[in-house]
Amino acid sequence: MEMTITEKIMAAHAGVSEVSPGQLINAKLDLILGNDITAPIAIRELERLGVKRLFDPDKIVLIPDHFTPNKDIKSAEQCQILRQFARSHQLRHYYEVGRAGIEHAFLPEQGMVLPGDAIIGADSHTCTYGALGAFATGVGSTDLAAAMISGEAWFKVPESIKFMFSGKLRRWVGGKDLILYTIGKIGVDGALYKSMEFCGEVIDRLPMEDRLTMANMAVEAGAKSGIFAPDEITLDYIKGRSSRPYKLFQSEPGAHYAETFEWKGQDIEPQVALPHLPDRVKPISEVGEVAIDQVVIGSCTNGRISDLRIAAQILEGRKVAPFLRLIIIPATQSIYRQALKEGLLDIFLEAEGLVSAPTCGPCMGGHMGVLAAGERAVSTTNRNFVGRMGHPKSEVYLTGPAVAAASAILGRIASPEEVLA
Amino acid sequence: MTIKGRALKFGDNVNTDVIIPARYLNTSDPSELAAHCMEDLDPTFVERVERGDIVVGGRNFGCGSSREHAPIALKAAGVSCIIAKSFARIFFRNALNIGLPILECPEAVNSIQEGDKIEIELNSGWIKDLSSRKAFSAQPFPPFMQDLIAEGGLLAYASKRGGK
Repeated sequence: MEMTITEKIMAAHAGVSEVSPGQLINAKLDLILGNDITAPIAIRELERLGVKRLFDPDKIVLIPDHFTPNKDIKSAEQCQILRQFARSHQLRHYYEVGRAGIEHAFLPEQGMVLPGDAIIGADSHTCTYGALGAFATGVGSTDLAAAMISGEAWFKVPESIKFMFSGKLRRWVGGKDLILYTIGKIGVDGALYKSMEFCGEVIDRLPMEDRLTMANMAVEAGAKSGIFAPDEITLDYIKGRSSRPYKLFQSEPGAHYAETFEWKGQDIEPQVALPHLPDRVKPISEVGEVAIDQVVIGSCTNGRISDLRIAAQILEGRKVAPFLRLIIIPATQSIYRQALKEGLLDIFLEAEGLVSAPTCGPCMGGHMGVLAAGERAVSTTNRNFVGRMGHPKSEVYLTGPAVAAASAILGRIASPEEVLA
Repeated sequence: MTIKGRALKFGDNVNTDVIIPARYLNTSDPSELAAHCMEDLDPTFVERVERGDIVVGGRNFGCGSSREHAPIALKAAGVSCIIAKSFARIFFRNALNIGLPILECPEAVNSIQEGDKIEIELNSGWIKDLSSRKAFSAQPFPPFMQDLIAEGGLLAYASKRGGK
């Protein structure tokens, strides 16, 4: 039977030659991830059970990134739980503030996730790693705890949906616009329990960082995972980042898909997701006049160097609108350093934007840019639910970095063309 | 196992950010989380909810983040079961893993009214609306999942089995 790339990876990790959608499997995992929000619950459970040994301390990654640098005493205590656990189990992959950054930007950057891997993380955006041709999915704290003991997790093999993008992209349209467009078409439960497979001419040419952005938001359509077939772009990206062996899987012609969607790249404008769901998507030309109070450029979705370069192109030589806060958050320490070297941080500071240390921070209303009642933000993050960035009466509009930067200058939701014209 | 309680109704896409806002995730203490359960969607929920109540939701219940704090908050607030048209997958796993029973049953969701008295037979999957005198059939849990729920979750279940 012909299988999709996702089915092949799952079969390989379950130690069987073939799997089909709906089948329950127990898979061996290549990497297990937790953060300062989800890992403390798992660690407390392991302690309560008296677990002394973990299956493989080198395959467990703990990153305090959500409420760090510690925003209050309680957050500091949560991070302390991670630190003590990492020390006592001698975890190689515990990354202190100052060494890492946002987990889903950091792991690919460090070559810790590779094609063909099966990965779980106690964070819903673990699906990001599908960009590299891996099966990766988010779980909760209990699954994290169980996997730290056994190195395994059970899954129902998902059906796959194929998304084909033909032709070419317009200027200022990137991975964020493609994934918002997709979610807008199929809805926030349009891929529920399924795997989203992205392909077509547009995808064949799409840089890795845009693929990471797209796979990142697969969960916003309800998907278990998002995946891109590994190609030259993938191999170029992982080169020099890891010496661990990896395996390249491809979907076979004739593999079964629950649905196939075909869209033309030329038809896609920069996209905006209106409050309060990521599927309330409109092209920028139909958004109208929306005044804003804050712009956030960052997160595991759009805090990578290519995002900062795009923002800098638009912000260079310009100033942020009066009464507006522009907060820019390089997602990792090495992105921060690269942006510094390239002079991007200077451009942001000249524009009177604020540059923050790497943190998830404002994305889920933690710190570093929480909204008051009635305030409105444009954000390159991934969710715009009620109260996501602060007060339940605040609003978040999701965009890519180009629209976010243009909006920061004009003080309203704007396309890059309005600024550069 | 039989569950009895009063229905509290919600709409589609009840996400984990409204079930327990991230500003309270600097703790994982169940009673502290329960004190803010559903706050951004319905500030009166915490006062209204009574032990045993059954939350009835629409499509894609529990979408969003992977925070296990969401089912923990609902369970600690007294919720005994959730019935929805569909569940987001991480929430689905998390709820069962902490021993909070959840059932998919669109027909029941369409029919049940706020405040109805509900009785649920977990081993058969029957949902009875005692107020409207209607019954609905949901997919029952296999025996191991019923045991897991009765034990209070995956880890308690696994450690008990490991001890045998």
